Amino acid sequence: MPITEQEIRFLEEKAKKIRKDIIDITGWSGGAHIGGAMSMVEMLTLLYFKVARLDPSQPEAPERDRIVVSKGHGGVGYAAMLADKGYFEFDLLKDFNKFKSPFGMHLDSAKVRGVDVSTGSLGHGLPMAVGLALGARVQKQDWKTFCILGDGECNEGSVWEAAMAAGHFKTTNLITFVDRNRLMIDGQTEEVMSLEPFADKWRAFGFDVREVDGHSFGQLTESIDAALAATEKPVIVIANTIKGKGVDFMENDVRWHYGGLDTDLIARAKDSVDRMAGHD
Amino acid sequence: MSEGLTWTVYDADTMTQAEIYGEVLCQLGEQHPEIVALSADMANSTKIGRFGKKFPERFFNVGIAEQNLFGVAAGMAKSGLTPVVSTMAAFTAMRACEQVRTDICYQNLNCKIIATHGGSSFGQAGTTHHCTEDLSIMRSFANMTVIVPADGIETANAVRAAIDWPGPVYIRIGRGFEPPFYESEDYGFAIGKSVELHPGTDVTLICCGIAVLQAVEAAKFLQANDDLSVRVINMHTIKPIDEAAILSAVTDTRRLITFEDHNVHGGLGSAVADVIAASGKGCAFEKVGIPDCFCEVGYPEDLYSHYKLDTDGIVEKVREVMGRDFEEDDDWEDEV
Repeated sequence: MPITEQEIRFLEEKAKKIRKDIIDITGWSGGAHIGGAMSMVEMLTLLYFKVARLDPSQPEAPERDRIVVSKGHGGVGYAAMLADKGYFEFDLLKDFNKFKSPFGMHLDSAKVRGVDVSTGSLGHGLPMAVGLALGARVQKQDWKTFCILGDGECNEGSVWEAAMAAGHFKTTNLITFVDRNRLMIDGQTEEVMSLEPFADKWRAFGFDVREVDGHSFGQLTESIDAALAATEKPVIVIANTIKGKGVDFMENDVRWHYGGLDTDLIARAKDSVDRMAGHD
Repeated sequence: MSEGLTWTVYDADTMTQAEIYGEVLCQLGEQHPEIVALSADMANSTKIGRFGKKFPERFFNVGIAEQNLFGVAAGMAKSGLTPVVSTMAAFTAMRACEQVRTDICYQNLNCKIIATHGGSSFGQAGTTHHCTEDLSIMRSFANMTVIVPADGIETANAVRAAIDWPGPVYIRIGRGFEPPFYESEDYGFAIGKSVELHPGTDVTLICCGIAVLQAVEAAKFLQANDDLSVRVINMHTIKPIDEAAILSAVTDTRRLITFEDHNVHGGLGSAVADVIAASGKGCAFEKVGIPDCFCEVGYPEDLYSHYKLDTDGIVEKVREVMGRDFEEDDDWEDEV
């Protein structure tokens, strides 16, 4: 699935638009997990606008690819993406976090069109993604499962239980990403609970590891192509990212794990996104 | 649901509850290609491995990793399959509590859980392997159906009914050496509908699991020796509970006792108490089970005896409750 320069330019503009949508929703909601939503925008944009087989008019189609946002607190970014893709009206997100809204900060598959799996509690997405991949295999279906993990999430033991199973069952129809933004609520991942040597850990559990710039559509596409061609080992893409990516005053600042934005900050944040440069 | 199958009486004298459900699952697997089975290094202990031998491509052993077990099952259910998951009750209800609640119940998935070694049935193993909390835990999960079969035959019925029942189901069985009660599957098992096993007007014993057989024996003994008319209800479904049967018992007998191999808090007794309290009707009531302690170690039969869940213990409890001074007038209006 080669990617053209033209496609990359399109995806970059789409990613900027999604980031500005995330900024708006964060403003409306009073507060959201904006930092970790910003860091995974390129992964979601690439999946929803190039890689995954999806039809927003048929969100339950059995042959669709499945996307599991295991880092469920990325819900504000996930919701922005689904709205842009056409699963529901963007204006509905003005009620994000509000009383009886279908949109809590961790999206509910029973309430939000297009969400395959409810997530939020960390360490749950990868086991369910492994189950989806095995389910496709049992039913002899060729649809794929894509799973996005947070790096801090990988402190959870259940992630490694699932990793062991993915390696054991050789679920090559599962493509996993880790949003490696190196920050969690209490600080840097390596200070709170070190993950390194992170790639070696995944290799030891039976994965083929690809380390890429998680904001580069070119590099992400290459890694997905390798994953789709895998026959022996499932591929995990360690996507090195920047938390708060695109907003200069948020980037790499742990305080923006979760936050609210007033009118002034919204304008500054969007201005910063407009000035974003592309990644090779 | 069982058309085309010949349901013979299992050799319940020699087959454990788990062996019977393993056999039933194999039969169901023929009819239902969507059934897959999962376990966590308990394929042999739980007997779900029988399904694995018959349908190796539809069986998944995830190793000793219960959180992943229920997460994987949830993913499989999301893909359109009907996972049947079996491991010990303690590791289902507690080790993987959040996965059962958040992955399976929150998403209302079609997962059927057969939790073995429930209550104090693995008494020798000690508290780590006892599970006298699961009914309380599972009952509190929205969307969950909770069943405690009386024996192997009823387990067969429960498993078959669960496959046809939408959403998550928790079937709690023992370690496997519980004596059989039923002789045939043909007694009208239905989820949410209790079974009256002995008629009575003086007192009602509401039971589940291993207490069912013991209570029927106790009722016969009390009829013969104390001239007491003892109603025995097999409340195999804890949730949704058969409210009508409880309210009839309150009206007809005015004295109720529950018996279960579970902490007296949160299980069958509490579910029955909820119904009684909401009805506004008064009655003498006692919950018998593990009295809010960690269960002693020992062989199950010794533990059942210790906790008044065997025939002698049940007789003793009935005599105790019958001895209580309790207003038995027919005027309900002043009690509402």
